[in-house]
Amino acid sequence: MARSAVQHDNKKLNVSEIIQQKKKSRSVNNYTEKLIPKILFGIAAISVFTTIGIVLTLITETIAFFKDVPFIDFFTGTELKPLGENAVFGVLPLLTGTIISTLIAMLVAIPVGLMTAIFLSEYASEKTRKVLKPLLEILAGIPTIVYGFFAFTFVTPLLSSFIPDLEPTNILSPGIVMGIMIIPMVASLSEDAMSSVPNAMREGALALGATKLEVTWKVVVPAAISGIIASFVLGISRAIGETMIVTIASGSSKNFTFDVTQSMQTMTAYIVEVTGGEAAAGTTLYYSLYAVAMTLFVFTLIMNLLAQYISRKFREEY
Amino acid sequence: MPVMTEKTNPNTKIANVSQKATENKKVVYNTKDLNLWYGEGHALKNINLAINENEVTAIIGPSGCGKSTYIKTLNRMVELVPSVRISGEILYRERNILDKSFKVEDLRTSVGMVFQKPNPFPKSIYENVAYGPKIHGIRDKKILDEIVEKSLRGAAIWDEVKDRLNQNAYGLSGGQQQRLCIARCLAIEPDVILMDEPTSALDPISTLKVEELVQELKEEFSIIIVTHNMQQAARISDKTAFFLNGEVIEFAETDKIFSTPSDKRTEDYITGRFG
Repeated sequence: MARSAVQHDNKKLNVSEIIQQKKKSRSVNNYTEKLIPKILFGIAAISVFTTIGIVLTLITETIAFFKDVPFIDFFTGTELKPLGENAVFGVLPLLTGTIISTLIAMLVAIPVGLMTAIFLSEYASEKTRKVLKPLLEILAGIPTIVYGFFAFTFVTPLLSSFIPDLEPTNILSPGIVMGIMIIPMVASLSEDAMSSVPNAMREGALALGATKLEVTWKVVVPAAISGIIASFVLGISRAIGETMIVTIASGSSKNFTFDVTQSMQTMTAYIVEVTGGEAAAGTTLYYSLYAVAMTLFVFTLIMNLLAQYISRKFREEY
Repeated sequence: MPVMTEKTNPNTKIANVSQKATENKKVVYNTKDLNLWYGEGHALKNINLAINENEVTAIIGPSGCGKSTYIKTLNRMVELVPSVRISGEILYRERNILDKSFKVEDLRTSVGMVFQKPNPFPKSIYENVAYGPKIHGIRDKKILDEIVEKSLRGAAIWDEVKDRLNQNAYGLSGGQQQRLCIARCLAIEPDVILMDEPTSALDPISTLKVEELVQELKEEFSIIIVTHNMQQAARISDKTAFFLNGEVIEFAETDKIFSTPSDKRTEDYITGRFG
């Protein structure tokens, strides 16, 4: 309406004049324009400061713990008896528990997730993909407590029909179920990475007489490798940090063993157990929470750094 | 553009020579009553073309005339479009490639393709060229080294890249990337090379290099080239097919098409009246 009015008044529409006028009235906006980055910085800083705060707390409380328990004893101790008169704090049982459950989970999640991603991105028709991908993402939304329950009441009994020696609580079953939980994550992120490889590259390989499988393994996967590795790492971090499934299905025996049919405790499950009990502030038991949490934190940090290094090394830039 | 004019003269001679030799030349691709639909759209209509070996055959025509579709049908890359339907016959060395029993991988091993935009793999220059031989089972490092050098020389890019074979191909310029793609195609020693507007994304100097290369390559290979650029077709091809709305309007010696076209529409197109 306004535009046609202008046109009628002047006969000729002078756009640059209108823009000049509007600019003057917009001078207020310039002020907000300058303020916005500062506000945004402040908001971004919240998460940075929170992280710094958490790390600082972890460090100070961990130092307090190492005043009671020698550093060497903690990291080389194969026995963990946090309660009672003669409490012993060796972290190795928890460390092996975490590493073994993560290994089992990734043995399930990496092959199945990657194959699913390859199927979705390279082989499935548009229709199939449109049905399957949202389904996968629903699987990712199931609460972990449900998975824990599933591991305890379904997978463990199922496994014990193959492995008679399997204990009612064991690390194998939650490991597998954790793997199943991570599949959608690995599949979905890897699929995104593979779908974003330009079609021109597939065509280039097909035109050389490559079969679909050769195109997938020798062109698409290498080109998407940094995204694929990123999905593995997120999966691993998720497995390391997973708490509920292992708490429910692996029990709370602090065994130092490599036998997957036995009950083991992970670092996360230990934290759940101790915080759930009576850990009075200032006791060694209380500080041990922070020491374990710190170990967990360093663990995931190393994983992430390693992953960054790997994905940078193998990155194929296009 | 004095360079271009100079180029035209020797080519005219070559064209004349090949005109005499046409009788003796074998047909490499014989297309009979080819029809192609994308869904409901009729993209190619009753195409009949016989393409000779060791010649450069140019396909010209305005955008959307079906020239790219046609060349992609020759190595069945067109089948990547899900809704495509094809009828008729394309005889490659006397075998119908549209027959279900014809293995598409075998076809594409003997018929190489160079695309509109250079599409090297995100790998080293060496790995790009070695990819084809490797997927066809050549593992011996010495043989691969030899193939890589020979192909890069064949594509007239060896001197520019010999000191950085292990660097990523995406560090090369567009023109170099396209010649690398030609080298990649030469590495499996194809019989025919299909080129789908290979110079449309290149600068004039790179274009000239690719054109010179095409001239050298036709000694050994049969080349079918789609081009938007009529001067290019005139400079480098022996025969030219003019496509319009999915039909072949005229197919003849390049000299004849550009001097005395028999169809009014061809004349209008090459004189720049449309397109």
